Amino acid sequence: MKKYIDDFKVIQNERLNDEYVILTLKHPGKMPEMMPGQFVEVRVDNGPNTFLRRPISIHDVDVEANTMKLLVQEIGEGTRLMGKLNEGDICNLVYPLGNWFSLPEKPRVLLVGGGCGIAPLLYMGRHLKANGFKPQFLLGARSEDGLIALDAFRELGEVHTTTEDGSVGTKGYVIHHPVMRTQTPEIDQIYTCGPEAMMKVVAKYAKNNNIKCEVSLENHMACGFGACLCCIADTLDGHKCTCTDGPVFDSTYLKW
Amino acid sequence: MTASGTFGYGEEFMDFFDISCLGGVLVKGTTLEHREGNAYPRMAETPQGMLNAVGLQNKGVHYFAEHIYPRIKDYDTHMLVNVSGSTIEDYIKTAEVVNELDNIPGIELNISCPNVKEGGMAFGTSCPSAVSVVEAVRQVYKKHLMVKLSPNVTNIAEIAAAVEGAGADSISLINTLLGMAIDAKTRRPLLSTITGGLSGPAVKPVALRMVWQVAQAVKVPIVGMGGIMNTTDAIEFMLAGASAIQVGTANFIDPCVTEKIVKGLEAYCIENGFDKVSDLVGAMEV
Ligand SMILES: Cc1cc2nc3c(=O)[nH]c(=O)nc-3n(C[C@H](O)[C@H](O)[C@H](O)COP(=O)(O)OP(=O)(O)OC[C@H]3O[C@@H](n4cnc5c(N)ncnc54)[C@H](O)[C@@H]3O)c2cc1C
Ligand SMILES: Cc1cc2nc3c(=O)[nH]c(=O)nc-3n(C[C@H](O)[C@H](O)[C@H](O)COP(=O)(O)O)c2cc1C
Ligand code: FES
Repeated sequence: MKKYIDDFKVIQNERLNDEYVILTLKHPGKMPEMMPGQFVEVRVDNGPNTFLRRPISIHDVDVEANTMKLLVQEIGEGTRLMGKLNEGDICNLVYPLGNWFSLPEKPRVLLVGGGCGIAPLLYMGRHLKANGFKPQFLLGARSEDGLIALDAFRELGEVHTTTEDGSVGTKGYVIHHPVMRTQTPEIDQIYTCGPEAMMKVVAKYAKNNNIKCEVSLENHMACGFGACLCCIADTLDGHKCTCTDGPVFDSTYLKW
Repeated sequence: MTASGTFGYGEEFMDFFDISCLGGVLVKGTTLEHREGNAYPRMAETPQGMLNAVGLQNKGVHYFAEHIYPRIKDYDTHMLVNVSGSTIEDYIKTAEVVNELDNIPGIELNISCPNVKEGGMAFGTSCPSAVSVVEAVRQVYKKHLMVKLSPNVTNIAEIAAAVEGAGADSISLINTLLGMAIDAKTRRPLLSTITGGLSGPAVKPVALRMVWQVAQAVKVPIVGMGGIMNTTDAIEFMLAGASAIQVGTANFIDPCVTEKIVKGLEAYCIENGFDKVSDLVGAMEV
């Protein structure tokens, strides 16, 4: 898929809580096609500590409006500066990058996300729904504050939640939720993105139950488009770039 | 030109601009055998720069000649191969294979790799070992031989002069500066290899100084690099004595940066009354 470098305009910065914002960015003309699971590389401000671009998943796309949304969790200087962007500011992106989630072969689909890893699952959910699937979501967080954008997910399918402190949903990690605990799982395909520890547990569950599982990795990157070889994942075929061969991998292909 | 290890085989950049505007592309570090490179994490961002520990991941020179060369051989720019090795025999055998590739007009010999036979000290950090590898490759390699120097030395001018004497057609510098980064929160190193190579604007003053010192010591053309982010940086390297420049890390931040620098150099010459870019070389006034 052809890659571009463009100045987008921030048309909305919606603050969800202390930690998360959703940025709506407008393309200067006709926005090219982008697939769920792909990401963008955001130019922050070239300050001393935000010299490299920051990889951020495509959270949602509105083809008609030529806009895309990014869900940003503020964890360091770069993401905090993104959280401070105002309407009218310019945001330079290299995009769309990486591969994408495949469409499932069978109908029963579960999307499992944690933290900012829920970001690509919304766009994937929209894509699944548009293709006649009825996606279910399982979203996990430390506490109620971390469960964000639930309404947007509910528009696309059933939403299950877990929190570590039990403030909402099932108490514990995603793996403790009943949808993942049944003896004969009612799922044919899982897509997951979030903390690596979470994805590993989900992948193991999928393997044990013969469920196809695609995971989306968040490796540190310098370029995002295959030029530096910094972002490698260990696979059955040796080192592969997370930014071009991924970020989406079949979980059984990874040496986890 | 674009610096080795930062521009893939050029293909990664074709969506962004027409690479025929470049003087040349230095393809990824190529070794005799396939190398998987180092474990993840191999990259850490540092103030105005980055550390990398890629470890020369590549499929080896035979794979390059059979599978990659046919794809890139007709690009309308100079495609040069960056050659690395751990023994002199490795360098010789790799250079011999590249010598047979008609559309590769030259190699860049990366002598910053550890010399396994001599206890892991980089070939490029002592005059005798630098001379021995350059002389050996000169014997078998008939086209343009550029030698890339390591900045991790006490007297770079001395090494440059020795390399020139051993038959280098040009000298490029600098490779990355050895550095490291630690995460104070986890109390662990940020790279799997603990130490790695620093590049980007953070190294520019060091690189500029070394280019200037080497320019005083040799007659062969110098290719300068280290932290070049824009036209002004490129001009500074030329004023210090570089006949050409390479851009590395900046490609990650702005994949179109090299095209902008090519146009910027032209504009600078017109504005400042220089007939050609080469008039800038060594034109620093002191
Ligand atoms: C394919 C992909 C998709 C992503 N999608 C999202 C998303 O939709 N929303 C979101 O909030 N975050 C996402 N991330 C994580 C995001 O890139 C990091 O949180 C961000 O780079 C941190 O930058 P910082 O300056 O705030 O933090 P710092 O810790 O100060 O950053 C220091 C350096 O480490 C890198 N880094 C730190 N944490 C990460 C991380 N988790 N992943 C990759 N690089 C990191 C930074 O890029 C920077 O170079 C994604 C990462 C990848 C690889
Ligand atoms: C990710 C990365 C990989 C590199 N790989 C190589 C390599 O294979 N061979 C080599 O001679 N130099 C390699 N270099 C060094 C660059 O070619 C260049 O000398 C150095 O980065 C300084 O220039 P810069 O500051 O413009 O990046 C690499 C640099 C980076 C950042
Ligand atoms: S981030 Fe540069 S190759 Fe993947």
